[in-house]
Amino acid sequence: MTAQSQYRWRRDKEGLGVWEHRGKVAVAGYGHSPVDRRWDETSMDQTLGAYSILACQKAMADAGVTPDQIDGVICCPTTIAGASGGAASNWAPRPFFDPPYDSEWGLTRVNAQWLIKQMNLRNVKYAPASAPTIGEMVGMASQAVGDGLCTTCLVIYPTGNLTGRYRRGGENAEDYAKGERQWTVPWGNHGGNDFINIFPHNEYCLKYGGAHDDLAPFVINQHRNGLMTPWGFNATHDVPQLTLEDYVTSRYILNPLRLWDCDRPVNASAAYLFTTADRAREMQQPPVYVLNHSQHNFKQRSTQPMLDEIETWTDFAARQMYEGSGLSAGDVDIFNPYDGYSTMTQFYLEAFQWHGVKRGDAFAFYADDIRVEGPHPFSSGGGNLGNGRTRTSMYTDSIEQLRGTAGRRQVKVRAETALCAFTTPSSGGWLMLGKYPS
Amino acid sequence: MPKVIPAPDELSKPFWDGVNKKRLLLQNCAACDAYQYPPRETCATCGSVESLGWKEVRGRGHISSYIVIEDGRLDRRMPDQPYNLAVVTLDEDPGINFYSNLPGTPVHQVPVGAAVEVFFEEVGPGQLIHEWRVTR
Repeated sequence: MTAQSQYRWRRDKEGLGVWEHRGKVAVAGYGHSPVDRRWDETSMDQTLGAYSILACQKAMADAGVTPDQIDGVICCPTTIAGASGGAASNWAPRPFFDPPYDSEWGLTRVNAQWLIKQMNLRNVKYAPASAPTIGEMVGMASQAVGDGLCTTCLVIYPTGNLTGRYRRGGENAEDYAKGERQWTVPWGNHGGNDFINIFPHNEYCLKYGGAHDDLAPFVINQHRNGLMTPWGFNATHDVPQLTLEDYVTSRYILNPLRLWDCDRPVNASAAYLFTTADRAREMQQPPVYVLNHSQHNFKQRSTQPMLDEIETWTDFAARQMYEGSGLSAGDVDIFNPYDGYSTMTQFYLEAFQWHGVKRGDAFAFYADDIRVEGPHPFSSGGGNLGNGRTRTSMYTDSIEQLRGTAGRRQVKVRAETALCAFTTPSSGGWLMLGKYPS
Repeated sequence: MPKVIPAPDELSKPFWDGVNKKRLLLQNCAACDAYQYPPRETCATCGSVESLGWKEVRGRGHISSYIVIEDGRLDRRMPDQPYNLAVVTLDEDPGINFYSNLPGTPVHQVPVGAAVEVFFEEVGPGQLIHEWRVTR
């Protein structure tokens, strides 16, 4: 199996030019498990491992490939939520179950090695031991396929959720703050993108005018799009459509951040199948071509990132993505940025200037017609806010829109290119997809 | 409940030693004269390692933004909710910022833009932290 530690797959600089594999790599399949609120800790057919296998099987079936054809597996092993302290924390000390659930792997965390063994993927030659999050994994897969490290690569993103209030345990229950936490926790900031983005969001409201609740039309529309996403949590759990009254009367988490500004942690898995464009054309579905992938990782200046830093970072991400894809803002038909907290999405929208939205314009844009039926079908997948915290609806919706299979969410405008991401302003990655290779 | 107690490490010990003596010492790079907080192994501005030292600042700043923590995750702070969490920028270098609960400022009544000064609050036996209060 190929050693990955030295493999330089990232595209995280400006000046790299158009991606050398533009249009030569494609997404040929995807699959989603059911999206549960939590794992009940007893049902072996609903573990994160079982759901990941199911997602892989669906992705392979969608593309029309067999397990023997899979020669690449990229799986993120650190995505757990629940009362544990962090994304890489374990469930709890306890007796494990019979194989294959005789360790944490497969129960609440999943990695490539466990999947390869359970799915008997005998021909895998590319399976990095430490995969980043989905925002970067799709770039990793695209580059690996383009470079020839593998030809048919599964990308799996499990997101676990266990019993208990979200991250109320672990280090958040400790009396002492160690490491980087010594600079934030004594004052109450336990870390996370809620804190990271709420202060710049407040600055944004002051700088450009507007109030926090101007986010309401966006959040409500995310829920609307989610209810039109058959596999998502909201659609499969009869979650009622969020109303303006629901939103403006919801409780605060980090005032002004409200409950409905935050995504809902879920237990689910999704898989995508990346392959060469040539192979994809022989597979079952119309290929969705990768036109570029890009990553970014910025270090904040001090304790709290501020609006000027966030705008600088997101401007950089937009420039490098447009450079590598050879496209400009006016070329992007579908735009699915990240929305794990609603307070960060405007930064991306304005940086990428989708539909001409410039700095300070987002709230007015949200108040316009952003429905999928309308002229500005923003975030047509419904994101995390509309589907639960899978961090994958941005990718799946983009694929479906380009295939023309988004059902009730299918946009009425042109759908030939799609830009999607799981990213924070400081780190993550973007993916540009196309209906055509060039 | 008291605040969570910072656990100094090798890199941060000079900072917390200063705080425990009621002095606000920041990393300062002799090569490029940049302040740095939180402390790092290298100067984030010029990359120097050997030029990093410690320099006392006056401890004056301004409130740039704030939130109110109403449903946080820290066990020790649950009884304090809701409470202010402000970002304070340092007058000597507005690129440097600190968190503060602004003791003495009623919740939700944070005067954004107001001047603040540092003071030191005991959060554990022999361990102070730097806090900020509105001066006008």
